[in-house]
Amino acid sequence: MRTLIKGGQVIDPGRMNQMADILIEDGKIHTIDVNLQPTLKNPESVTIIDAKGLIVCPGFIDLHVHFREPGFEYKETIATGVDSAVAGGFTTVCCMPNTNPVNDSQSITDFILRQAKIADKARVFPIGAITKGSKGEELAEIGELHQAGCVAISDDGIPVMNSLVMRRAMEYARAFDLPVIDHCEDSHLSAGGAMNEGFVSTELGIPGIPNAAEEVMVARNIFLAELTQSRLHLPHVSTIGSVRLLRDAKSRGVSVTAEACPHHFSLTEEAVRTFDTNAKMNPPLRTDADVQAVKGALKDGSIDVIATDHAPHAVHEKQRQFDNAPFGIIGLESALPLTLNLVEDGVLTIEQAIAKLTCEPARVFKLPFGTLALGADADVTLIDPKKSWTLDPSRLRSKSRNTPFAGWTMKGQVVKTLVGGRVVYEAE
Amino acid sequence: MSLKRKDLLSISSLSPEEIDLILEAAEPFKEVSGREIKKVPALRGKTVVNLFFEPSTRTSTSFELAAKRLSADVINFSPGSSSVVKGETLLDTARNIESMQADIIVLRHSSSGAAESLARHVRSSVINAGDGWHEHPTQGLLDLFTIKEKKGRLSGLSVAIVGDVAHSRVARSDIHALLKMGAEVRVVGPPTMIPAFIERMGVKVFSNFDAALPGVDVIIMLRLQLERQGRSLFPSMREYATLYGLNSERVQRTGTDLLVMHPGPINRGVEISHEVADSSQAAILDQVSNGVAVRMGLMYLLSQLQ
Repeated sequence: MRTLIKGGQVIDPGRMNQMADILIEDGKIHTIDVNLQPTLKNPESVTIIDAKGLIVCPGFIDLHVHFREPGFEYKETIATGVDSAVAGGFTTVCCMPNTNPVNDSQSITDFILRQAKIADKARVFPIGAITKGSKGEELAEIGELHQAGCVAISDDGIPVMNSLVMRRAMEYARAFDLPVIDHCEDSHLSAGGAMNEGFVSTELGIPGIPNAAEEVMVARNIFLAELTQSRLHLPHVSTIGSVRLLRDAKSRGVSVTAEACPHHFSLTEEAVRTFDTNAKMNPPLRTDADVQAVKGALKDGSIDVIATDHAPHAVHEKQRQFDNAPFGIIGLESALPLTLNLVEDGVLTIEQAIAKLTCEPARVFKLPFGTLALGADADVTLIDPKKSWTLDPSRLRSKSRNTPFAGWTMKGQVVKTLVGGRVVYEAE
Repeated sequence: MSLKRKDLLSISSLSPEEIDLILEAAEPFKEVSGREIKKVPALRGKTVVNLFFEPSTRTSTSFELAAKRLSADVINFSPGSSSVVKGETLLDTARNIESMQADIIVLRHSSSGAAESLARHVRSSVINAGDGWHEHPTQGLLDLFTIKEKKGRLSGLSVAIVGDVAHSRVARSDIHALLKMGAEVRVVGPPTMIPAFIERMGVKVFSNFDAALPGVDVIIMLRLQLERQGRSLFPSMREYATLYGLNSERVQRTGTDLLVMHPGPINRGVEISHEVADSSQAAILDQVSNGVAVRMGLMYLLSQLQ
């Protein structure tokens, strides 16, 4: 089984950026070179994909998604989740453990992997819980979670408030070289909050979540990572103060990595003015100064990765009043154009932008994907960087519709997605 | 002249001209409430639904009285606060009410933004009777009406709003209303009760009550929500009363012919002393009767559009 991706701009960040053809054989990257077609043996048996005018890059990797299965299948299943992923150009996703039951045991991890295998689209890597039931008290069976296939541990939306429990989790995870992810939020400081604490929350009379709620926990986690010499990954960095702490920690050689979400560099708290519950997520949309800080950190590499925090919720849940509506938005199918906006704005080069979606997340979780190296699994995404389209929530592949980007004109479209050499998504 | 809008959701969305229009419309209705037969046929055949998801006595009574004096049919509907927790019921409840051909829905809800989201989904006029900590626009209007009645003007006055501004929809509506009409506004309270960046609204912030007093023409005291004690907003009622309570001595210190207001219900001896509450300077009961007139004027204007 051979496929030739012909005539595209091949961008494999740090390794290649040129017009070339890619020959895929048996699901692996076989050859990359200019004008491969004439050299093919038995050319009639090769499937040709015309990539003229397209960017051809490694399939995207999302370190932070919520696929809601088991337990909340009405929001998203693993099958609809991976559908949404490949439509957004993602070939690998790491799913958070806040399911019901929580993914704190081998059997839940097994179940998730089995459902992913049945769905058979994107690669799915579960993230296991830090503590049993994500209650923040006793450690989950982290070793067994690792053996079952978990690539990191996190209690996801529930911060591990007890610093001793966090210290022990970091120490214990070191035995398996697992990154530890903590949703950085001091739950006392954020209690009752539904949006960023600032002028907009003051005018709207909505309880606020101050930047400090995130920053004190970022600081604590950095100190604990230093103490325990473990791998710390900071999800969804949203404040200027977190960026400052991150930069300082990295300059001192602390083993810390970080991600930013497209909504945190695309929107500010102003989006909440209409009480739009699709602008409600945690951490909340912040101020312009925070947005600029996050962009700056993406530019200088302090923030390694762009991740979506894809968090589906049903329409009736988001129709609740703002303070009672659940936190979170879907993001897999809007991540690419929002990331490309950073290229348009001169924040990132196209190569850097693609790196934040491919080789960087692969490095952070030590995944053997996100590359077009010869012999690698042929996970490939084809992008039309110039194509404009309007985001219509009813046309998304996700089961849920909770996006603040409805009606936005997006520039840059995923044209085809291949996993292991097989086309799993084609734009209509 | 009529209001060119379906709903009254906030003061922040009103222009000074619209505010003037509502205040003027309220004038004749004040006279109606003084008659022996307190009824005019302005809303005859119309249906007004009071939809109160939060317990309220004076606001719901005021709206009910206003609608009845306009000859509307009034239904009071209080789904209770247990359904608010689930949150899903507001839209469904409202659609049910709309199916009964309600012309005006008066909504009180514990969530900020509830009135705006309701107004987007129903054809009926929606009047916000208080949403969370966001706004209570008819309170803002009746406060303006009362100040104008007592002081003869709004522009150029200096008004202090004292107490738990952070958790007060009355404070937000009053601030917008007063600033739009050209008054100067001082907000006074412990920093735990003053929300972030409120000075950007155009007010002056004081944590020392006494420093805010000189030259103030009007003081609006906010009700202290006693259940907030123990949430680290203030140490004790005793200390609160000492630092932020309005007493005769503080009234003296303004050096003006001070007007004292309070949206009620008052905590005597906490935010306001007996002597001040019962003094001739207090307009607390005028606010209540003006409330009926302002709500009559507003409902009359909204019904003109329909």
